[in-house]
Amino acid sequence: MDGLDGVQRMKSTIIKVENKDTLRSLRKFLGRLMESKFVEALLVPKLLPGGDGFVQSLIKDSRMLEDANPIAPTMAVQSARILSELTSSPFDGRIGVVLKPCELRAAVEMVKFLQVNLDNVVTIGVDCPGTYEVGDYAEMVKKDRELSPQAFLEGASEGEIRPRQGYNFRECCQICEYPVPLNGDITIGLLGLDHSKEILLMAGGRFEKELAQKFSLELKEGNSANREKVIEKVTHKRREQRVKVIDELKERVNIIEKFMQTLSTCIRCHNCMNVCPICYCKECVFKSLVFEHRSEQFLNWADRRGAIRMPGDTLIFHLTRMSHMATSCVGCGMCDSACPSDLPISSLFGLIGSELQEMFEYVPGRDAAEEPPVSVFKEDELQAEAGSE
Amino acid sequence: MNKTVDNWEPKIVAFLCNWCSYAGADLAGVSRLQYPPNLRVIRVPCSGRINPLYIVKALQQGVDGVLVSGCHPGDCHYISGNLVARRKFALLKNFLAYLGIEPERVQFSWVSASEGSRFAALIEKVVDEVKELGPAKKLVKKGL
Repeated sequence: MDGLDGVQRMKSTIIKVENKDTLRSLRKFLGRLMESKFVEALLVPKLLPGGDGFVQSLIKDSRMLEDANPIAPTMAVQSARILSELTSSPFDGRIGVVLKPCELRAAVEMVKFLQVNLDNVVTIGVDCPGTYEVGDYAEMVKKDRELSPQAFLEGASEGEIRPRQGYNFRECCQICEYPVPLNGDITIGLLGLDHSKEILLMAGGRFEKELAQKFSLELKEGNSANREKVIEKVTHKRREQRVKVIDELKERVNIIEKFMQTLSTCIRCHNCMNVCPICYCKECVFKSLVFEHRSEQFLNWADRRGAIRMPGDTLIFHLTRMSHMATSCVGCGMCDSACPSDLPISSLFGLIGSELQEMFEYVPGRDAAEEPPVSVFKEDELQAEAGSE
Repeated sequence: MNKTVDNWEPKIVAFLCNWCSYAGADLAGVSRLQYPPNLRVIRVPCSGRINPLYIVKALQQGVDGVLVSGCHPGDCHYISGNLVARRKFALLKNFLAYLGIEPERVQFSWVSASEGSRFAALIEKVVDEVKELGPAKKLVKKGL
């Protein structure tokens, strides 16, 4: 499990859970971070007033932490995008940011593209059992008003994926190999622990000493054996599922006709692009003159081929987006959730991305110091891959 | 419109960098070396200037093969443009393979300004390989 090196290097301690209320104990810990001025503000998912979903909220007054849910079972927006907005100019004090593993990895990728600045940010990564579609969660709550956010932690300790009221996690979550954050400043661990009794708190790197002092934490080296076992089990299971999903998809896209068939219901709404944390360009090529054609041009094309599809350029759109971001794709699946035509964009990127990432020996979001593959090169490499002798 | 296979000649777009490969092609010309006339040369400042999109677009517009040629590694006029290009092409080739585009259709090579004969030999090789594959239809835009 080389990808998880960062986790092992952290020191850890146990937070006791009071009255089996895991979320409350977590809120209490977050409250202490705020009250002690360790962080000035906190970005954390908060329950919507109607109770049917969660949104990231920037909290300045610790009393507003009520209803905050750091382990929210939905991901309405990729928080790396929020973080990009939030850190676009200098500010005083530190902000604590609660991030799911894929959000944290996306944030690290965005640091490389100079779209996120983590200097004054304390990243608080949380274990993620998986997330539901926003709409599914709302339906579940509608059907069962008694359903409490705490109930969603059931099975989280074992990292189990079981359908609830017929709803399952988003597909990208079911095939996600990163249920634990790779390298947050603070990590909140659920996997392998009885969360009705205790939660794992890990700290590493730049804030380790300050945290230990301020909150008189006894940070110890190493990870609990059971946690490691559970992480291993979950990762293994999801990897198997991932191979299955990707193999099925491979059959569906392995030649251009099938590839186009798979994407044929794309309506070119650009939703996948708009929600993607890696698609960050302010001046996107698809909104540029390159794709703005003269009326006559359309008519000429139609004349030449008898008829053309409008809007066109679907293949070019997806291929370009792929070549731009497949190497950095963290597999958060926001593109899938945003697609009105239910296209398997995320697994398609997973399929192509994982091969490219392997070719460049690159794990997106592993380390902010690692350069993205297309911005660096080696003198002597890729002779065969590029097809040059 | 309908080309018969017997007299079909492939159309190949060659993106040549200004400093090495274009000069190499020039040298082949002034040295009166013979090579197949299937190329449509597009001169670019550097192989690093080529957007992978151009290659896909060329295939969509009906060319049968694409050749990209720049300076040898270490010889780039802009120091490392060709090495950045190599990474981009490795990436593009990877997903063209998924689309069932034969690797011989999109080729990447290095030719220096002094390698006129190498250029001629390269073109012969590329044209032969693309001829072998036949017309490229996969990416060509069709109706809907």
